[in-house]
Amino acid sequence: MSVRQLHRFHGGVHPPEHKMASNGSRIEPAPLPPQLIIALSQHIGSPAEPLVAVGERVLKGQMIAQASGTLSAAVHASSSGTVLAIEPRPSAHPSGLAAPCIVIATDGEERWLERQPVPWRDWLAAGDVRAIRDYLRDMGVVGLGGAMFPSHLKLTGGALQTLVINGAECEPYISCDDRLMRERAGEIVAGIALLAELTQASEVLVGIEDNKPEAIEAMRLAAGGSAIDIVAVPTIYPSGGAKQLIRILTGKEVAAGVRSTDLGVQCFNVGTVYAAYRALEHGEPLISRIVTLTGTVAKPGNVEALLGTPLDFLLHHAGAHDEMEACIYGGPMMGFALPTLAAGLTKAGNCLLAKSQAILPRAPAEMPCIRCGACADACPAELQPMDLYWFARSKQFGRAQERNLFDCIECGACAYVCPSHIRLVDYYRYAKSEIWAAERDKQAADLARERHTFRQFRLERDKQEKAERLAARAAAAKQQAAGKAEAAAKTAQAATAVEQASAANASMPAGDTVAASKGAPSMDDKQAKIAAAMARAAARRAGTPATGDTPDPVLPSVAAAQNEPATPAPALTESAATPAGSDDAAALRAERIRQAMATAKARRTGTLAPPPADPKQQKREMEAARLAAMSVDERAALEAEKKAKIAAAMARVAAQRQGEETSAQRQSEDQPAQRGDEEKS
Amino acid sequence: MKTSPFLIEPTPLQRVMFTVAVALLPGIVLHVGVYGIGLLLQLLLATATALLTEAICLKLRGRALQPALTDGSAVVTAWLLALCMPPLAAWWLVVLGTVVAIGLAKHAFGGLGQNTFNPGMVGFAVLIVSFPAQMARWGAPLVLPALDLSALDQIRLILAGALPPGVGFDAIASATPLDAVRTALRQGQMVPAILQSPQFGDIGGKGSEWIAAGWLAGGLLLWRQKLIPWQLPVGYLGAVVACSGLAHLLDAQQYASPLFQLSTGAVMLAAFFIVTDPVTAPTTPRGRLLFAALAGLLTWLIRSFGNYPDGVAFAVLIMNIAAPFIDQYTQPAVFGRKGAR
Repeated sequence: MSVRQLHRFHGGVHPPEHKMASNGSRIEPAPLPPQLIIALSQHIGSPAEPLVAVGERVLKGQMIAQASGTLSAAVHASSSGTVLAIEPRPSAHPSGLAAPCIVIATDGEERWLERQPVPWRDWLAAGDVRAIRDYLRDMGVVGLGGAMFPSHLKLTGGALQTLVINGAECEPYISCDDRLMRERAGEIVAGIALLAELTQASEVLVGIEDNKPEAIEAMRLAAGGSAIDIVAVPTIYPSGGAKQLIRILTGKEVAAGVRSTDLGVQCFNVGTVYAAYRALEHGEPLISRIVTLTGTVAKPGNVEALLGTPLDFLLHHAGAHDEMEACIYGGPMMGFALPTLAAGLTKAGNCLLAKSQAILPRAPAEMPCIRCGACADACPAELQPMDLYWFARSKQFGRAQERNLFDCIECGACAYVCPSHIRLVDYYRYAKSEIWAAERDKQAADLARERHTFRQFRLERDKQEKAERLAARAAAAKQQAAGKAEAAAKTAQAATAVEQASAANASMPAGDTVAASKGAPSMDDKQAKIAAAMARAAARRAGTPATGDTPDPVLPSVAAAQNEPATPAPALTESAATPAGSDDAAALRAERIRQAMATAKARRTGTLAPPPADPKQQKREMEAARLAAMSVDERAALEAEKKAKIAAAMARVAAQRQGEETSAQRQSEDQPAQRGDEEKS
Repeated sequence: MKTSPFLIEPTPLQRVMFTVAVALLPGIVLHVGVYGIGLLLQLLLATATALLTEAICLKLRGRALQPALTDGSAVVTAWLLALCMPPLAAWWLVVLGTVVAIGLAKHAFGGLGQNTFNPGMVGFAVLIVSFPAQMARWGAPLVLPALDLSALDQIRLILAGALPPGVGFDAIASATPLDAVRTALRQGQMVPAILQSPQFGDIGGKGSEWIAAGWLAGGLLLWRQKLIPWQLPVGYLGAVVACSGLAHLLDAQQYASPLFQLSTGAVMLAAFFIVTDPVTAPTTPRGRLLFAALAGLLTWLIRSFGNYPDGVAFAVLIMNIAAPFIDQYTQPAVFGRKGAR
């Protein structure tokens, strides 16, 4: 028995539990539906990419869509049959909008793909966490508590201090985790042990609300003798929120935007643990889950249903009454009313709650807020909900954000206690979506400006190139006539010209670094691409005079100016700073110029530190800077950009005046740019 | 209803207001016992006026009468004003005060939840500034050997301003304990001597100490029901006790004891029913404590050095102005960000 010191989280509510209706009977397998509607987006992140074609025969457990990108997971055929369609279908989402799905006509044979356990222990022993992660991704294992976060991404490879297993199940009506723990405790415990091994956790805590004594008993029995600590936690909603459970069990508070791994904690739902166990020990992909069918139904209880089973099929199986006026997907506190029952079950579907006026009466009309503060007393995120409501209502979204609107977990405790029956969470959702929309608009505007700047640069460059080509032809004739000694003298002269031009340009990088830092991470890509194009253009130009042996004083300065600021990625900067091996003297000179520029830049920005070496850190810093002072930053960036342009123009004029023969130096000067460009591509 | 949460706790606004009214009952009963049934008529007049004014204002603003008319907020406002009135004051005083409270302080600011100032205290302040003489005419408590008016005579006095033949108001009147102390101090008497007068009981004014106990009982009920946060009454009473205690320690001849302060005037009523008005008080825990403490300080200052019978109304109104700023600067740290602040 555990004598662990538990911690309280602020607020919380205790709504009537209503779990008795569904938690009394064993988990039954749901019948096989004639059709499975399997959504490609059953996880947070990019939808999976289909691997099958219409008409193709698929086996149960066959991967029918693969993960696309990092934040994604695979999707499998839940039963054997024929692919009927790959098309958008109404989804189990508050909007009800159609989302890409693979529709399978089941053949009733339930023919499995050959399954085999994987040697994950060998992989782990070999230090190949990557292989295990990829395997879990390809088995489609995601968080089954409702968040649908791809589980493999939680295995970061580092050692954890505490592994928290979430069996709290705090929402009223839902009992799928309760039944799972009662009936399959052994497998869950095996799964926990497995995850503990994977995460090298020094302690493992399983939090279960004390309104589930049978589940606690079953889990304690199964975990007997192991280091797994089964902890009964007080029944208070939302103790099943990952942040809240981590707080209860460890006392640590994971702020919004912070990863719990940074605090040495990771949290998995019991259903997820079970799925991970089935995947790693039995080679079974995630093709089914336990769903609580409850509310206004004849046979409330829990079923193990194949993913993709149409929801109306499940409700029919449970015997939904005519009084059902809507069906809630998830619990009554955080679920949503399904716009359509034609959607297929997804990995998030822990409960179908048939709602009627009798069991979940409609809230009376909203009354004015009297700032009684009941919401603040109930808020587990320790926000001031009445203020956020006020800001959202008066469209002061900036102030709402300042007051940590995005720390809101939308648990609904505030709206539950509000004596004025204000639908507070709706106001927060509205404010959040407005802020997101504004951010998207801003990004689009930034992108447009970026493109405009580049277009101007390109037009100017084309004009110059044309003029240079003409000049080159004339100069070539002249130079042939000139003597070789004279040419050597001129070379030295040109070197100083380049240096002067570069020095003038040194003002530019500082400005552009600010410009880069204001953009969202996704913007950096765009900027880098544009920069790369610019560098490429410069390189191309550099090639022309080299072969034609033509003087071109403008190019080095432009190339230097454009290349340096446009390389926020340190990799590029590094490669650019590496002298080209072929031409030592020239390379050294280029290196020296670059160093001078870097020093000038550092002096300008006031920080003598080199550009951050770690791209992650840089990204985080950018994010912080963006959040901290968005408008100020933007203004500074615009100004810096303007200044940089002026500096570049001045440099160009200066260089033009200085001389016309710099071919050798220029060649070496531009080589790093070219290399950097290659690196990028 | 398409979005979560689908479950709501059934504590509607009406019940909150109803509980506040119930919590006022012990004090009201004791008040009637001490000063006579005049108060009941004041309460009735205020309630009727409040509902009528509320209805007219809603109509003028183009709002639906329901459910605003029956949410109980207007009744609570009316009662708090009536409870501050001299029980035998003429009917038009409380009617005027209520019209100002509901019409000006509440609806002109946008109705329930939008008002900056405590409506009842605005009504009271307007009356005490405009009609200081009438507002100072308190009947003597029944416990004192003065001429007692029958219930009917009290009603006649309030409604028609008519005293029984041959009786002047002075015969039935008595200065409030606070006024008595202030006047005597001005005449050069010392506090211990003043309190020897038969008007004073063991700790406060004879009778008024019982009423204060009634408000305290009701306030504890509200606190138990979690309808008022502890910071407000504790901050308020704490400040009154601290200020008066310090002054009393320094000069017991000039300053009455903290117990006297707590058991006279409207301090107890204010601590649990007026300062605690959620609409006009700050909402952060530290903010509430600060707000209430400053209101307590002002109350003591005004009643000790000012010219008004009591300091509660002005203290509360002044602090109402500061409530939004107090909120602004006392925002609590949110989950997971406590170290950062």
